[in-house]
Amino acid sequence: MEHAAPAVPAGRRTWYLRGVQAAVSVPGLILASAFIGFAGLAKESGLTLAQAVFMTGMVWALPAKVVLIGGILSGTSLPAAALAVALSSVRLTPMVVALVPELKGSRTPRWVLYLLSHFVAVTSWVLAMERLRNIPREMRTTYYAGLGSTLVLFNMAVVAVVFVVADSMPPMVSAALLLLTPMYFLTSLWGSARERAGHVAMVLGLVLGPIFHAAWPGFDLLAAGLCGGGGAYAYHRLSRRRAG
Amino acid sequence: MTFTSYDQWWWPFLFILIAGWLATDSWRFLGVYFGGRISESSDILVLVRTIATALVAAVIGNLIIFPSGTLASAPMVLRIGAVAVGFAAYLLCGRRVLVGIAAAEIVLGAGLMTF
Repeated sequence: MEHAAPAVPAGRRTWYLRGVQAAVSVPGLILASAFIGFAGLAKESGLTLAQAVFMTGMVWALPAKVVLIGGILSGTSLPAAALAVALSSVRLTPMVVALVPELKGSRTPRWVLYLLSHFVAVTSWVLAMERLRNIPREMRTTYYAGLGSTLVLFNMAVVAVVFVVADSMPPMVSAALLLLTPMYFLTSLWGSARERAGHVAMVLGLVLGPIFHAAWPGFDLLAAGLCGGGGAYAYHRLSRRRAG
Repeated sequence: MTFTSYDQWWWPFLFILIAGWLATDSWRFLGVYFGGRISESSDILVLVRTIATALVAAVIGNLIIFPSGTLASAPMVLRIGAVAVGFAAYLLCGRRVLVGIAAAEIVLGAGLMTF
């Protein structure tokens, strides 16, 4: 260091860069592998590179994107696809609700929070909830901006690179690529379930999805989500009543 | 009005914008609007989580049973077997996502070379 120690502990740029650094982590690596899988899936579904990169930046949450691709694959109409994606993403609201009090400083403008909320998806949220408490309060938005923007931009690049190299991939590698998305969600959904009802919902969705796909294409995701989710919720209420 | 309904270059982007961006960022913005006013353990949130989980699980089920592209060349038994072994490995090895993914890929690779 050739400069004298500054009076302020560290500036905004330092905290932004620390946020960038936090993105380079095991959860960040797992996320990148999930995006490699997503890119393979998007390409097989007929999306162009521009559409897939656009979707990555605009939607960001991977479950929402996988549901959107699922809708595109089953030839779902725009309103039904939007409804399915919206239903799969309601959980973003409570996640943001929990994050906001951790994130905001004493003078954080509202629009900064609206802007930063776009980065909320499972990985950045888990990392933020774990690390924000150790960041000075006035620097938390800057830190999260570094973390969130790095994850989004890096994975947009990952998607673009996979699109470019996918054509020259041997079929076995591209088959392996298409298995990434199901395996990623199968394991991470199971691990992130807070209550047993989450596991019930997962098993019901896995079974009902293909059944409704054969019986009622175009509405398969909505039907499986509502029936499976409703059934798991009923299980939750019943088992609690029995326990209480 | 499906993804492939219109030939215009902008239609898929509009589709992604409405069915993707609007359908996700509305919920995020609502979260900022509500601030700290919803409790994480409230009962309605259990329903929110189960529906979201079942929706994503339904897509996963479809991707395994009705795969697209090159994965379709692997027989159904192999696809389900690979996923089952991967999931078992995940559960047995301390719930590590990367272990589960690796185990499933190894079974799929070995199977594709044998068939």
